[in-house]
Amino acid sequence: MADAPRYEHFEHQADIGVRGHGRTREEAFEQAALALTAVTVPPDIVATIECVRVSCVAADDELLLLDWLGAVVYQISARRLVFGRFRVSVAGTRLEGELWGEPLDVARHQPGVEVKAATAAALRVARLADGTWLAQCVVDV
Amino acid sequence: MNLGQLVRKSETEWWLPRAGKMRVPGILFATEDLLRDMDDKVAEQVANVAALPGIVTASYAMPDAHWGYGFPIGGVAAFAAEAGGVVSAGGVGFDISCGVRTIRTGLAVEEVRPKLEALADTLFRLVPCGVGSASRIRLGPADLDDLMLAGAGWAVAHGHGEDGDLAFMEERGCVAGARPDAVSAEAKHRQRDQLGTLGSGNHYLEVQAVAEIHDEPIAAAYGLRRGDVVLSVHCGSRGLGHQIGTDYLKTMLAEAKASGIELPERELACAPLDSRTGRAYLGAMRAAINCAMANREVITQFAREAFAEVFPSARLTLLYDVSHNTCKEEIHDVDGSARRLFVHRKGATRAFGPGHPDLPEAYRDAGQPVLIGGSMGTASYVLAGICGGPAFASAVHGAGRVLSRHAATRRWQGKAIVRDLGNRGIVLRSPSMRGLAEEAPGAYKDIDRVIEAAADARLARKVAKLIPLACAKG
Repeated sequence: MADAPRYEHFEHQADIGVRGHGRTREEAFEQAALALTAVTVPPDIVATIECVRVSCVAADDELLLLDWLGAVVYQISARRLVFGRFRVSVAGTRLEGELWGEPLDVARHQPGVEVKAATAAALRVARLADGTWLAQCVVDV
Repeated sequence: MNLGQLVRKSETEWWLPRAGKMRVPGILFATEDLLRDMDDKVAEQVANVAALPGIVTASYAMPDAHWGYGFPIGGVAAFAAEAGGVVSAGGVGFDISCGVRTIRTGLAVEEVRPKLEALADTLFRLVPCGVGSASRIRLGPADLDDLMLAGAGWAVAHGHGEDGDLAFMEERGCVAGARPDAVSAEAKHRQRDQLGTLGSGNHYLEVQAVAEIHDEPIAAAYGLRRGDVVLSVHCGSRGLGHQIGTDYLKTMLAEAKASGIELPERELACAPLDSRTGRAYLGAMRAAINCAMANREVITQFAREAFAEVFPSARLTLLYDVSHNTCKEEIHDVDGSARRLFVHRKGATRAFGPGHPDLPEAYRDAGQPVLIGGSMGTASYVLAGICGGPAFASAVHGAGRVLSRHAATRRWQGKAIVRDLGNRGIVLRSPSMRGLAEEAPGAYKDIDRVIEAAADARLARKVAKLIPLACAKG
């Protein structure tokens, strides 16, 4: 199905671009977070047994995405968790997010590089001509 | 890069003339070959930086420049407060005060080689590295505030470093003006057990041999001889710096809008130096610089423990410690007048020439050591600052990537890299094979070409070439 939610990485010379596609803005945000976590650990090998809840407030969709991905980076770094599933709801300028995952197990997860931050480079949230949503930015590694 | 837009001034100096909203020209230091390999985005980003308020003289790119976000990596720009100049969190980067230090061991290659595997194992055991690694040192809130104020001196005072090291760091290991009150609770929380950890990606701890000496008198002043073994560390301010960059990007986007500063791209988010946000960021960034220098000092102490286990006679002394993601307040001569400037070096190394008052007495005649890290399997270099060096006394910082991480993992496998480097006598240790593949030596530019260009452009003088013996990667 062409419009099924999905994520991808896009090229940036030193760092990595993360991009989420969804039928709604919320799905695109969830997929962008999966793209971000996939930089370090493939989400499909993460057991989604713990849940962390976060909320963000920002003036526009793009700053909200930056805040949301920043919150994901913070939870990975501060709690040493890896995530495999996200749930996002947005009401006005406020985002409520659920992050599902487990403690990092270096031997099993074989992590790649850690994400230091979500950046405002190539930051974009848009509804495309086909009605689907895109949410993306470059992450610093 | 399209060279048609540049005016060639010499073999290694190319100008991007003022156009559009640029307030000053761009100046790129590189050979024609290096420039041709650079992405057009580098010139675009040099031009964008040149459009920021209060920029002085020019927007510079070093020979290792590559496409960054906001500033190019390998970008240098200075701003004057009295001219309405700005400070930009994007111009420093998220890994605040990421840098390199090199430590003499007093050992020779022939002594170390028979026990290289044991040394690599011990370093890997005692220095935490990789995603999610934690330090043996846990910092309470008061400790962290003290550390942000005192820098590497905090580590020394708490038994995690040696007093003699401090003279051989920029600002003697403690930059003035740090403000823990300008650092968020989240940033402090991320740092509570990361002091003395390497991190991941291109960060490393490497045992190296001095393979070539290019300038005997300066090498002698630095205590380097051919065949010596040294240890180099590449890492930064860890979670604290990453979070400060994140926090202030958001604040500066709002501040720039409120101050009427037009941003060519959002990663150039900045605030006037003479503003509450600008002053707060400078205080927080300086706290992160101090944290980074303390971090590298603690890692040095862990490395001393490792060497003591394997080579009890080794005596580790610090050659020097440089930071290559900073904004520093410095005095520079501009058109014959001394001016106080805020010099952003994003992926660029400070390179003070002989006689500069910030240099330790031992290096006063030689100039500042400029430490350039390679990637695992490739050479590193020790350079020296030159009097009157261009770009506000700045030089390169490393090789720079040519292939993205994805391209690298498609092309190489971690196990094959361990085997190939092993065949060349280089011992590799890492918790993650995927991490190694992403950092494959072939994913980086040829560092020799970058160093030659830096020397030809008189950004710094070549002193010694270091080659890897053993490397621990995150």
